[in-house]
Amino acid sequence: MNKLSISNLRVVIGEQEIIRGLSLAVPKGEVHAIMGPNGSGKSTLAKVLAGHPDYKVTSGEVLMDGEDILALAPDERARKGLFLAFQYPSEIPGVTIANFLRAAVQARLPEGEELEATDYYARLYEKMDLLEMDRSFTSRSVNEGFSGGEKKRNEILQLAMLEPKYAVLDETDSGLDIDALKVVSHGVNSMRGPDRGILVITHYQRLLDYIVPDHVHVMVQGRIVRSGGKELALELEEKGYESYEVKGEVGEPALA
Amino acid sequence: MVKEVSPLEIERNVGNFAYPETHTHDAGVGLTEKTIHYISDIKDDPDWVREFRLNAYKTFLSKPMPTHWASRDLEAIVFDNIRYYLSAGTQPKRNWEDVPDDVKRTFERLGIPEQERKFLAGVEAQFDSEAVYSNIKKAVGEQGVIFVGSAEGLKNHPEIFRKWFGKVIPTGDNKFSALNSAVFSGGSFIYVPPGVKVKHPLQAYFRINAENFGQFERTLIICDEGSELTYMEGCTAPKFNTATLHSAVVELVALKGAKLQYITVQNWSANVFNLVTKRGIAHEDAEVKWIDCNIGSRLTMKYPGVIMKGRRARGEVLSIALAGDGQHQDTGAKMVHAADETTSNIISKSISIGKGRATYRGLVHIPKHLKNCKNNTECDALLINATSRTDTYPAITVRGTGNSVQHEASVSQVSAEQIFYMQQRGLTEAQAMSLSVNGFVNDLVRQFPMEYSVELKRLIELEMEGSVG
Repeated sequence: MNKLSISNLRVVIGEQEIIRGLSLAVPKGEVHAIMGPNGSGKSTLAKVLAGHPDYKVTSGEVLMDGEDILALAPDERARKGLFLAFQYPSEIPGVTIANFLRAAVQARLPEGEELEATDYYARLYEKMDLLEMDRSFTSRSVNEGFSGGEKKRNEILQLAMLEPKYAVLDETDSGLDIDALKVVSHGVNSMRGPDRGILVITHYQRLLDYIVPDHVHVMVQGRIVRSGGKELALELEEKGYESYEVKGEVGEPALA
Repeated sequence: MVKEVSPLEIERNVGNFAYPETHTHDAGVGLTEKTIHYISDIKDDPDWVREFRLNAYKTFLSKPMPTHWASRDLEAIVFDNIRYYLSAGTQPKRNWEDVPDDVKRTFERLGIPEQERKFLAGVEAQFDSEAVYSNIKKAVGEQGVIFVGSAEGLKNHPEIFRKWFGKVIPTGDNKFSALNSAVFSGGSFIYVPPGVKVKHPLQAYFRINAENFGQFERTLIICDEGSELTYMEGCTAPKFNTATLHSAVVELVALKGAKLQYITVQNWSANVFNLVTKRGIAHEDAEVKWIDCNIGSRLTMKYPGVIMKGRRARGEVLSIALAGDGQHQDTGAKMVHAADETTSNIISKSISIGKGRATYRGLVHIPKHLKNCKNNTECDALLINATSRTDTYPAITVRGTGNSVQHEASVSQVSAEQIFYMQQRGLTEAQAMSLSVNGFVNDLVRQFPMEYSVELKRLIELEMEGSVG
């Protein structure tokens, strides 16, 4: 029950099948990493879990604590406790981070209950300190004019504020220099705990030096082809993905 | 994404109610010279006003509908089917208690006396053709500020009224200003004496309660030298099945060094043709600023203008238009520079939803002989759906070498990715949409008085709730 469980998932965009019978379970209390080459379908998996409307699930199921979430709208999944840290977060001109997060936190409260502003700001500032973000950030428009690193920090700030049951981090390390990577990883590590499952999607092993996973899965051409412990990441770093890529079996290239 | 139910029905709940008519004066249906005499008789017009009306009527008849440039939807107005004057008496009450019960209930539902207590210096409430209530706070009256209906203004203050009436907007300016000049009734007359700074806003609230009716209020505001005033107006009407016409004329005069700010939140129901002429004259060092929000109506055509007549005069138009399904907001601004070192600023933001259409028309005129004049124009359009439409028609004439003009325009769309991102944070599609739209207008709304920015935000939220599904 206490896990995010994906079984035999198949997903198409248009005519093209991108996830081809993927199974994976992320129990609460664990951090799992998916590694794979470009085009293996990692980011598609992240978006499908969150309910992106462009993708169509043709078979399989995704259960969150035993409940099938595939029929739910993206916002319902989010309110039930699923969080996606985007690889490319959208800009929302004119909407400040403070107002955006406030609306998101408010959306999780029972009907009729108002968010207490002072508590909210106290928590927001605490999380911002954790991520070494300047207070002036709160009055900037969401992601507008942000550097790559600022965008990623902002994703983790939202993760910290929304305290989901399951968090999927899609290429959170991309665009980060080493200092920012450390800060972001520290933020993610502070979110680890028995009540939360975390799925880290990455191309490089580097991130996993800082966010050390309990399990590592290799994803190639829309499937998990191998699973193992954290040492698997090191092996991949050394040998690359080449040995997993079955040439010729699948005709068309998959999309990221 | 667009629901079959019109979003406007939801948005309009606040104003969508009507009480049975209890009018004792009704000019009947259609417009002839007799109608004008009827209005003049009831209002006990001075001879010059009766004459003015009759001349305006001739001008109205002689002018064609401006469909060679404007929407052909204007042809849906049948002047013969409209009632031009309806009232239950011509004397506005000074005490809220004296206002007839049904009218009182109407305005109480719209929150009028409550707002007056809270933050206004004076209120006038117009119900169909006449003001039913008019009150100014004692302290403001003692400063010599005059705030009365137009009828009382022209009778009791002719020396000020006649000097400016029809001078900013001549009768023949356009077909609808001529119509207004022929049948005008209601509206405000305000005079602020030299140096008086009215701290709190004065407000007028216009309510149409009757079907097939035309409301033609006439407002004239004069800010004498060095004075300051903020005036706000709000408008609502119930949703009838037949078209209703609202055609106002608003003239503003800011004498040397005066500052005059005029704020409108127009929330007419979706069957109202809202064809309004608004213009101000700014004398030396004076400032006229229009804040114009158009949310309701079927078709709005309104281009608030400022004629900068004196040196260093300033003109400004900040406008927001929200065009939902079945709505066309045809709005903009006119800036006529007529003296050196005058500056004008236009910021226009429009949002088109569903099959809604927003049009921006702007006129900026700086003639050759002037020096150091500046205009800045920004117009941004946001399209919500693939069926939404926006058009921009800027007409900028800047001559001479010492003048500068800057024009920026943008069209953007709320992207599916943006909505998905916000939904992933737990906001519903409607909440996400409304947050984006509020973000789009945010920098402009911040310049509005608090009470109105809150109201506007709420109206946008209601509108967006109905527009996705």
